[in-house]
Amino acid sequence: MRPPAWHWVPANAMDNPSQARSEADVRRSALMADAQRGDRAAYEKLLRDCVPFIASIARRRGVPADRSDDAVQETLLTIHRARATYDPRRSFDAWLRVIAERRAVDVLRQAHRHGARELHAPLAYEGHADESVDLAAGIERDEKAGWVQSAVAELSERQREAVRHLMLEERSLDDAAALTGRSKGSLKVNLHRALKALRLKIDRGADNG
Amino acid sequence: MADAHDHLHDRLIGALSANLQPVRPLRSPALRALAWLALVVVIAGALAMFANLAAMWDRVTATPDMWLAVIGSAATAATAAIAAFELSMPDRSRAWALLPLPAFALWLGASGLGCLRAYVLPGTHVATMGETRDCLIFIVGLSVPLSAALIFMLRRAYSLAPALTATMAGLASAAAAATLLNFFHPYDAAATDLAVHLVAVAIVVLALRLIGSRALGNFSA
Repeated sequence: MRPPAWHWVPANAMDNPSQARSEADVRRSALMADAQRGDRAAYEKLLRDCVPFIASIARRRGVPADRSDDAVQETLLTIHRARATYDPRRSFDAWLRVIAERRAVDVLRQAHRHGARELHAPLAYEGHADESVDLAAGIERDEKAGWVQSAVAELSERQREAVRHLMLEERSLDDAAALTGRSKGSLKVNLHRALKALRLKIDRGADNG
Repeated sequence: MADAHDHLHDRLIGALSANLQPVRPLRSPALRALAWLALVVVIAGALAMFANLAAMWDRVTATPDMWLAVIGSAATAATAAIAAFELSMPDRSRAWALLPLPAFALWLGASGLGCLRAYVLPGTHVATMGETRDCLIFIVGLSVPLSAALIFMLRRAYSLAPALTATMAGLASAAAAATLLNFFHPYDAAATDLAVHLVAVAIVVLALRLIGSRALGNFSA
């Protein structure tokens, strides 16, 4: 039978390096020692190995599911910054467990502070005016759309048909051909002519404006 | 959902391992505390060259409260330094903060005894305002370089209890400075002055708790 991935090391094992440690713990100690010497592959492997363990500690400490990622990330950052404080002769699991528990408590405390500041008021949220909305932009957009519509209206019927189906309603060439009963070639030619006519109109409109 | 989480952690793990620099594992906290105490001893040696050692010996051995206070302050400096270095490790018990308490209690008790003696015994020298100000300046002034060196050394580790660690650093620095002050007490049996020392210690500890915990602090979320 394989030993469990994360063996619970008794707290006093930290003070007694010679005490028996699980095989997995010894392996992680070696990976961390390699990481201290600058071995990136060993470090990456070790950190990946740590994620489920940290998440399980956060869960056991009562960190809500939506803050669990914060606890994992804070712990990973702490491992990184504190990596010189790890003594390879000691248990890695015990070292990590204390750090993960303390970061979980920090995240809980922070979530509590946030909770005290924020309140649940869905109606106030819905009723709050969004000041980032530019009312003038909406009017301008409507004006432009109106101008395009009037420009399209001046096209020939065939061209108008092509623009409406292919551009405004974004249909595929096949669908547009099926709907209008025109050939695909005819639709394409009319679309090109319509775009050319519209471009001319826009250029003239820009010159006038 | 699980994919999103894994992706988030993958990115961080990738960034951390890409930026990995080799580090040398720190020596044990006790050894590092000894290194700082050695610095204090070197300063003590330098000060001893300017001090009247015979006069100091007479002063300190004159009454039990004097030498008990010296032993108390020296032991407070040593134990608070050890506590600070232990607490600077992210995995050590917060109970290390209790280590300097017995020595600190001895120091406080002996100082209190000294104050009492000043009231009971006629003819005891009572420190004047000018003298107490000199003592205050000496303790606070010497604490600045001592605590700066200590904080610099502590920053190589990574404390998860920065305020507690900084408080211990302040206590260690102030206690060391108060111990070294014994070389230069300008008068014999300066009993009431011991109370002033504690005021200076309180100033240093509070300042370190405020400034030092920021220098050692590190929770990013």
